[in-house]
Amino acid sequence: MSMLQIEKLNVWFGAGRDRVDAVKGAGFTVEQGASFGLVGESGSGKSTILRAITGLAPDWSGTITVDGKQISKARVKTFYKTVQMVFQDPYASLHPRHSVDQVLGETLHLHGFRDIDTRVVKLLDDVGLGQKFRFRYPHQLSGGQRQRVAIARALAPEPQLLLLDEPTSALDVSVQAEILNLLTDLRKDRGLTYLMVSHDLSVVGHMCERLAVMKDGEIVEIMDVAALRGMQATHPYSQHLLEASI
Amino acid sequence: MNLLDVENLWVRFPSRRGVFDAVRGVSFTLGRERLGIVGESGSGKSMTGRAILRLIRPPGIVTADQISLEGVDLMKKSEREMRSVRGQRISMVMQDPKFSLNPVMTIGNQIIEAYRLHNRASKSEAYAKSLEMLEAVSIRDPERVMRAYPHEMSGGMGQRIMIAMMLIPNPEILIADEPTSALDVSVQRQVLDIMDRLVKERGMGLIFISHDLNLVADFCDRVLIMYAGRIVEICDADKLHDAQHPYTRGLLNSLPRLDAPKDRLEVLQRDPEWADADSVSGRV
Repeated sequence: MSMLQIEKLNVWFGAGRDRVDAVKGAGFTVEQGASFGLVGESGSGKSTILRAITGLAPDWSGTITVDGKQISKARVKTFYKTVQMVFQDPYASLHPRHSVDQVLGETLHLHGFRDIDTRVVKLLDDVGLGQKFRFRYPHQLSGGQRQRVAIARALAPEPQLLLLDEPTSALDVSVQAEILNLLTDLRKDRGLTYLMVSHDLSVVGHMCERLAVMKDGEIVEIMDVAALRGMQATHPYSQHLLEASI
Repeated sequence: MNLLDVENLWVRFPSRRGVFDAVRGVSFTLGRERLGIVGESGSGKSMTGRAILRLIRPPGIVTADQISLEGVDLMKKSEREMRSVRGQRISMVMQDPKFSLNPVMTIGNQIIEAYRLHNRASKSEAYAKSLEMLEAVSIRDPERVMRAYPHEMSGGMGQRIMIAMMLIPNPEILIADEPTSALDVSVQRQVLDIMDRLVKERGMGLIFISHDLNLVADFCDRVLIMYAGRIVEICDADKLHDAQHPYTRGLLNSLPRLDAPKDRLEVLQRDPEWADADSVSGRV
């Protein structure tokens, strides 16, 4: 069964003369438990697709189906129990004056959980941080630790689909390896589905089974990672991207 | 003859919890070559670049046995004398063009200003020279770019404009601090090609600071690997993948690779001894 299905998705910003079509007629399907990558250069519209799914980009047309349910412009509460997002910059996505405990506690409270205390402890253990980080503030954490907190927050409502927007591009390579391993483990343990945006083909090659190559708002090619590894891209732009990143 | 000779460079920041040593006894020389400095964030690579230009502000303290530019010690120069070194003889390109260009001035006026600051030239002469510079960094429509404001430029164009401005005084050394990190892979290549050509044609020395091991291995001649403020290893760039130090090996192994898939990535195990060991000298 497919976890996420996108058909003829258009996303635009502005109106009239200033209208920018950020995504044009995009379509792909992600199976339950799979990991799908979106690659392309900045401005190609890859992050915009994620933002349209979560409702952060309000002007879109086409159909988005999550877990068999077609989503409308106004998201229902259960949507956010199914879909969560991890952002690129862990420095910007955590409240500077909220401790880790507040960040996770508030999320859990908003999703109607009762046993908040045990759940916070469990979440911190799951992302490999442990209890000693519970009452720290973001400035007392390293970049990798912050991204772990951001992942814990995304996991709090027990979602099935995780949208990952360049989750490691702000991190050093050694920390990137730790976070990618964590994401691999979490997916295996919880049967999560990933939709991952990255400009780094080798990261997508490591994390995903299939990927879409985007250029100027359009998907130019969808291929298996095996084809990517075999350098079997068919579209000239994907070939160009592949050559540039080897 | 070496362009630059750095010996026993230390950068210290006094703090409430004692003195923090950002750079600890680094020595290296730079010839007419592309020298890469790689390391993680906090390894002291950017501080090394800034210390050469004496751009570390108090309370930061810079000490060195010498930082010689063609035999003249920069450490002994006054602040006034340093001003004729910065830009004129050693130029620096920073990571993000968005923060380095003046947002309320046209690109043309900024380049002309930079040119006339260093050369006695009429406005029309400076204009012609600026156009020539933009062409040298492969900007297709230089007349339009001269009239444009920075926000109208893409990241790659902005970075090329920065490089054009840095090259106007014809410096002997260019320090590039993560010049391509904010750029897409295909644009990255173009910017690197331009820098490469300039190093070859003008016989400049280039210090290329980056966190990207593959990029440095590909682009530079020689590489210094920094960890916790020290140089832990020096090698020829084309031999970087055969590096010996466990830190360098760990960094290389933690990269995902398209040609060698594996289920889990190797995680770097840090050894406290790496930080304690003496800095390796990169002097030739």
